Amino acid sequence: MSKVLENLRYADSHEWVLVEGDVATVGITDYAQHALGNIVYVDMPEAGDEVTAGEEFGAVESVKAASDLISPVSGEVLEVNEALEDAPELINEDAFANWIMKVKISDASEIENLLDAAAYAKVCEE
Amino acid sequence: MKYYDKLIFELSREGRKGYELPANEFTSNSIDAIPANLLRQEPADLPEVSELDVVRHYTNLSNKNFGVDTGFYPLGSCTMKYNPKINEEVAALPQFGGLHPMQTEETVQGALEVYYNLQRALSEIAGLGEFTLNPYAGAHGELTGLMVMRSYHEQRGDTKRRKVIVPNSAHGTNPASAMVAGLEVVEVKSKPNGSIDVEDLKPLLNDEIAGIMMTNPNTLGMFETEILEIAKLVHEAGGLLYYDGANLNPLLGKARPGDMGFDIMHINLHKTFSTPHGGGGPGSGPVGVRKGLEHLLPNPRVTKDAEGVFHVETGADSLGSISAFFGNFGVMLRAYAYILTLGKENLKMVGPMATLNANYIKENLKDDYLLPIDGVCKHEFVFDGLKDKSTGVTTLNVAKRLLDYGFHAPTIYFPLLFHESMMIEPTETESIETLDEFIEVMHKVAKEARETPDDVKNAPLTTLVRKLDETTAAKHPILNYRTLKAQQA
Repeated sequence: MSKVLENLRYADSHEWVLVEGDVATVGITDYAQHALGNIVYVDMPEAGDEVTAGEEFGAVESVKAASDLISPVSGEVLEVNEALEDAPELINEDAFANWIMKVKISDASEIENLLDAAAYAKVCEE
Repeated sequence: MKYYDKLIFELSREGRKGYELPANEFTSNSIDAIPANLLRQEPADLPEVSELDVVRHYTNLSNKNFGVDTGFYPLGSCTMKYNPKINEEVAALPQFGGLHPMQTEETVQGALEVYYNLQRALSEIAGLGEFTLNPYAGAHGELTGLMVMRSYHEQRGDTKRRKVIVPNSAHGTNPASAMVAGLEVVEVKSKPNGSIDVEDLKPLLNDEIAGIMMTNPNTLGMFETEILEIAKLVHEAGGLLYYDGANLNPLLGKARPGDMGFDIMHINLHKTFSTPHGGGGPGSGPVGVRKGLEHLLPNPRVTKDAEGVFHVETGADSLGSISAFFGNFGVMLRAYAYILTLGKENLKMVGPMATLNANYIKENLKDDYLLPIDGVCKHEFVFDGLKDKSTGVTTLNVAKRLLDYGFHAPTIYFPLLFHESMMIEPTETESIETLDEFIEVMHKVAKEARETPDDVKNAPLTTLVRKLDETTAAKHPILNYRTLKAQQA
């Protein structure tokens, strides 16, 4: 059974968001890492890039498949998790502790479109 | 069997050779005629080995391989049917092998006749107007077909049609080919049985749609029963229908893409028409079009005049050239030999027999393996892993365990509609004894998963190369001999 954390918001494309003020920390969910299997590469944006809600901002590659990362929010990328460049398997170890990027949120209303933990858990069951 | 992974260069010993030339009895030395600046300064670095060294080397390497000639190869979506040896005999005839592509028409009438007749046979089998045999393989055929689609709209001045609809259950090559052809991909959802959701398709159809790419049966091996409705909708919106021929095998003798409303298609000669493939080729991906689109097919083309003489032609409206000369001619010879060997009546048995074999395996294994889509399948079907999910044994584990029992693994983790996909395609060339052996082993693996799961999780246990570390292989690949030696040192 995959883990879902209560304090996060979720996209149905299996990304999680932690909102702190106007900064959103984004990663992929435990369900996603489990479905992908051993992750071998994370293609991340660069600090300063603009990302758009609902659009691709990178990709994760596992031994099974390559999947696009879809940004749950719009805004400027403040920072990416450089540890993933050398150790992408950290996401398999703990998908919630090992975030992928931090974004300065440009449109806070987009957060309202995301799922809460209960709704996301339901998506995973389907 | 011993492990063997040497390069022929490692066997080389200075001065060793497998031949002896007689003394030079000619006085002139032809090397003198070559300008000095074109002469090699140092001898070529070639392996110096005896004939026995060469024979053992390549025999040992070939023993590491698994092929249709070695055992059952149920690799879904790949149609690994047996390749009759008569195909090889025909392709090896020196009268064909000795031809040069620059020879004049009148000196290669036989080869042109093979090209022309195969093109006509494929048109009849597919229910389309005309074929080009030039594309080198399936994905190359897709690209060529999409270029035909694009050229069709552009030559009519309808330049805003730049979108191609592709189902989310499609072969991965479909969206990739559309991108390479400079078109934009729009995804249409599929229903739980992998068929296109017509209600999801309707709102996508507008005057920006160039066409739709489909495979029928779809990637779950189910026939698209709403194909006539889909064809009508797409045509009414001004788009064309492209048929991905990867799954043509079960339709042979029973149904024709042209009759379903498809305008353009490719055929994988190496799959459906029985030529050796795997390991990247050689393939051949002929593209067929309905009447009215043939002027767009790539150059060169082979035509036949009223006197029965064959000609090589280049058309001014053609989308251009997509291959060197006529593509992989050796593959065409094999496919033509296969069609003639079977003949019209036997060719009609291919689809039904492939379908029967797939259903036989499916029905016998669905007690132990999870069948997400029940019902009659075509040439292949998909299990979503073992039925008993409590064992922790994955589809990858089952696939590796099959190697221990002498079978090639099925296609795994495709299509992406399920998490533990296992796609099985037996083809029509397997006997019931082979199918029964496979069924027995699959049951045995399911039993092991329940009783001794570690045997399955650690598989393969008996192969020359044991379980591979795929993560390290993907992250730190060793791609050449030099890197390997540096690491071993």
